[in-house]
Formats: sequence, C-alpha cells, structure tokens
Amino acid sequence: MAQPMVLTAGRESRGYFGTVARRFMRHRLGMVSLCFLTVLVLLALFAPLLTPYEPNKLVGKFSEPPSLQHLLGTDQVGRDVLTRLLYATRISLLVGFAATGIATAVGVVLGLVSGYFGGWVDMIIMRFTDMVMSFPYILLVLVAAAIFKPGLWNIILILGFVDWPGVARLVRGNVLSLRETAFVKADIVAGMPTRHTLFSEILPNTIAPILVYATSVVAISILDEAALSFLGMGVQPPTASLGNMLNGAQSLTVLTSKPWLWAPPGVMIVLLVLSINFIGDALRDAVDSRNIR
Amino acid sequence: MNDTSRTILLQANGLCKDYPVRQGIIPHTVGSIKAVEDVNFALYKGETLGLVGESGSGKSTVGRLLVGLEAPTAGQVLLNGQPLGLQRPRGRGNQGTRLQMVFQDTFSSLNPRKRVGDILTAPMRYHRLVTPKTAWREACRLLEMVGLPAAAYERYPHEFSGGQRQRIGLARALSLKPELIICDEPVSALDVSIQAQILNLIRDLQQEMGLTYLFIGHGLAAVHYVSHRIAVMYLGRIVEIAPAQALFTMPAHPYTKALCDAAPVADPALRGRERTVLAGEIPSSIQPPTGCQFHPRCPHAQALCARVQPQLLPCASLPPDHLTACHFAEALLGKGREDAV
Repeated sequence: MAQPMVLTAGRESRGYFGTVARRFMRHRLGMVSLCFLTVLVLLALFAPLLTPYEPNKLVGKFSEPPSLQHLLGTDQVGRDVLTRLLYATRISLLVGFAATGIATAVGVVLGLVSGYFGGWVDMIIMRFTDMVMSFPYILLVLVAAAIFKPGLWNIILILGFVDWPGVARLVRGNVLSLRETAFVKADIVAGMPTRHTLFSEILPNTIAPILVYATSVVAISILDEAALSFLGMGVQPPTASLGNMLNGAQSLTVLTSKPWLWAPPGVMIVLLVLSINFIGDALRDAVDSRNIR
Repeated sequence: MNDTSRTILLQANGLCKDYPVRQGIIPHTVGSIKAVEDVNFALYKGETLGLVGESGSGKSTVGRLLVGLEAPTAGQVLLNGQPLGLQRPRGRGNQGTRLQMVFQDTFSSLNPRKRVGDILTAPMRYHRLVTPKTAWREACRLLEMVGLPAAAYERYPHEFSGGQRQRIGLARALSLKPELIICDEPVSALDVSIQAQILNLIRDLQQEMGLTYLFIGHGLAAVHYVSHRIAVMYLGRIVEIAPAQALFTMPAHPYTKALCDAAPVADPALRGRERTVLAGEIPSSIQPPTGCQFHPRCPHAQALCARVQPQLLPCASLPPDHLTACHFAEALLGKGREDAV
C-alpha cells in the first residue's frame, strides 16, 4: 500500500457554497446592496408597526405637502403617502419574489428534463420555450389581465409564466455540458436512478448560474408589475403598489407641482431594482469559477 | 495463472458499434463510423487484460459498451455465462453493479459539489450494501484501501491532487464490490511519478481482492506493467491478443511490431536498433480500407491483404493463446527469426 497521504491541514474544509458566501461578503457594493435590501424588506414587513396610519384610510386633506404629521404628504384622496409607500413596497417585493419563484421552478424542471433526455422531448420543450419567448409579453399580460380579473395573484402567475423560458434555456445549456462529465457517467455505471442523477448530481452544479439569473428576474418582475399597475392592468386600487401609486401622477400639474405624489414610489422602484441588480452582479462574481482557487 | 484454473468471467461476442453520420439541412444518415467491428475476447477471473491502440481505434468504446454507457449495434456480452441483458446499466438490475469503471479525466469524474464521503456512500446506500449507520465506516475502509486518510471523507474533490482524485475514483469503483473494473486510461492524465503509484495501487488491489481488470491505455509501458494479457486494437478491430510478455518479445502482427518499436526505450545502447516506423495517419473509420484494415500502412502488404479480411487466429509456431489477424504472420515470424540469426 502506498504511503499515507497528508492532506492540506489547517484550513477548514469549505464546501462550494461556503467559498461563494465568503467571496460575496468581500464584494463591497454587493454587501451594501444586500444590507439596504434587507432594511427595505424589514420596513415593508413591519409596515403595520411602523406607521400610525392605515394605507387605505383617508387621514388628511387632499394632496397635502409633506409635514410632520405626514412625512411624505398625502395623495389626491387624502391617504398618507409614506404608509402607502411601505405597503406598496411589500406588494412589489411579493410580486418580484413570487413570480421569480414560479418562473424558476418551471424553468428548472423543464430545462433539466429537456437537456438530460434530449431527442424529441428536448425538441418539444425547446420549441414551446421559443414560442413563449417570442410573445410580445406586455400585450400577452394585458390580454391575460383582461380575460382573468387583474389582481395581485393573477399578475404573479402571469409574470411567472412569461419569465421561465430564460431559466429553462440556461438550465438546459448547463445540463447539456454536465451530462457528458465523467461523474454523471459514473452515476449511470453505478446504476443510480435518473432522479438522483438529475437532482443530486446535475442540479447542484447549476444552482449558481440559476441564482444569478433569478436576481435579474426579480428586478424585471418588479419593473413589469410597476408598468402594468401604471397602465391600470396590474394590482388594483385601493391596494397600494408602486406602479399604481405612480398612476396617480399622470397629469402634468401633478408632475410639475406635486412631486411628493410621484417621487417616492419612483425612487423606491429605482432603489429596489438597483440593489437587486448589484446583488446579482456580486453573486455572479462570487460564483465565477475562474475566481475560485 | 495456468490454464486449468481459469474461469471465464466475461466474454464479448462479435461486439459492433456504429455511429451514424448525419448530414444536410434535413439531417439524414449518409454513412456510419464503425467504431468497433466484430470484437471478440474473453476475460478470465483475476487477470488484467490490457487494451491498447491509437486514438480512434475504438478501445474506449469497447469499455463503454461493456459497462452499458453505449448500446452495441450488434453482438453480446456474457458475464459469468449470462448475457448482460438490457443495454443500459439501470435496466441491468443487480448485474449492473458488477462492472464498474475508472475514468481518465480525474477532474470531471468527481462531482465538485459533493463531499468525498457522499460520493462514496451514495451508490452503496442506494443499492443497500450499507445502512446509514455503517456507511461512514465502510467509506473510511475504502479510503484506507486506496491509501487515503479517513479525514478525506469530509473534504471536497477540489482539495485533492490528480493522483488522489484517481484514488477516490478507484474507491468509488470498489464500493459496489464489482467483479470487473474497467480502467479507461486511468493514468494518462497524471504526472509520470504519480502514474507509477496508481499503477501499483491497481496491482496491489488486484492481489488483495482478486479483482479482474480491463485496462485501456495507449502508453505501452503502463499497459505492460499491469496486464497479464494484451489486446491490440486497430480501427475498431482486435489485431493481436497475446500474453503480455509474448506480445512484446514476439509481436506477430506488423502493427503490433510498429507499436512496440515506437515505444521509447530507456537504453542508449538500443538507439540504433532497427525499427518499423509507420507512415501516415490512421484511416477514416467512415470508409475503412478493404480487406485487412492495416494494409495501406503495412510495410509487408501484398495483393491478398487488400481483398481479404484476415481472421484472428492462432499461429502454428506460437502458443495457442497468441492470436493474430494477419495473413502473413507465420512468414513474418519466420523472417524475423532468420534476421535474428
């Protein structure tokens, strides 16, 4: 028998995700964004404890400018803008994450199946994916919103449905290359079941790119929800969402003379999307295999 | 090993593998690559059969056919006299795990996201060879067997060198208690100094556990070192199969002779020796030459060679376990002896 091997001692054995987490924490912009997003999430979650007002109650005069009672003023019907902003952030985050969750789940399963089995299964799934990708989706969403009643959960489902093809293609591409690796061959030779190969060998190796991609889907979903609600096809009043808060600012007089009605939701959208995209960037750098020792 | 104690573990009968070549805007089959053509051999219990040949000779395909990573176009494989039923290992049931494989690429052969312990125990647990409680002990035993400390259990593959990874690959192959391990160029991706360690480990494990190997390689020295018998492949066919020593001292097929001559010898005194040097490339296996596939490159080719495919047969002047596929093997052997005198 060969002489016993000495393993590199000292450093604690870290898994891949441990390494990624450590590298992510070294990314300054990513960490700042993550902290900022965490604060926003907490503000949104604890909104009922933080503000004395109800979001849908009339609590002041119409279109009152910011004051000590109403830090961001009141809207056209006299509701507190800051309160509505917090509740709207809640809705936007919910839409962003829930739609991404649906898109990712659907995309991952279809991508895995398509890439691993190939042949006609792949053919059918990928042509369907191309079809969904080629829909002018704002129109699709408008039509869907018109057929089903526009509402929070319908928006989430619709956005989830239009966002999965990107995930499916990404996963399929990864599976195609992973399928040829010797560790997948070894799995087959060892007589392991297909589900083990797919979910225990292949999926863990594609989680990193999926996560990176998913961050951009969250950002896009938040933007899409804002756009739809602005058009009146999204979250329906009186429920506050960032988009339908902007909706009230369609007139020129509001735009020029009452900035407290549109600036807060607008800025909030920008901050949300920006911080999510920065987190995505940091994540991409952290999982980039070229940077891993 | 003498002949009486030999039992046949695995027998390949007329194995063929064609890959269709598809071309055109509307893909249609325009021909086929004959990767493996009518390959027959037997593997005896406890021996190592080396399989050598140039790139593209089909040696790795033979290995993949045996473990079921590819389905043969024709022919069958018998394990302990029973046909290996379905083509895919998943459909082979219990038989499936009796053949295991060690891979060439040590970096892609271990899942980078899993700990070594999980890589080793997952197949054993699935096949119920261990319980969750005994899995750890069994994995440590395997690690120790291949010369790694038990601490490797907790580590991830990227923390190991190429040689150590190949040891883990061997441990994984051993974990299912296979009867035959197919080593697909297990050392060709490793440093020379590490190669020797792995080859020794492969040999030691055989002695300890009575393993049978099919050792695929292109480095003659490595194959010679571990093999009891060696089969030489050329363009998908076995051209010569003989006990390792006999193959090197008395190569009967011109191609084998050329291969032996091409291997570097660490002895300056032999620098000026007469060598058969092959011209040209290995021909395309889409349109293999007629007759003997080696004839366009063979220094001794005659008209007969271009017409008739020689069979793999014993030679009159050689022991019966030395088979060669050359029309003029006998004549060439005689000539060789005269030259020597």
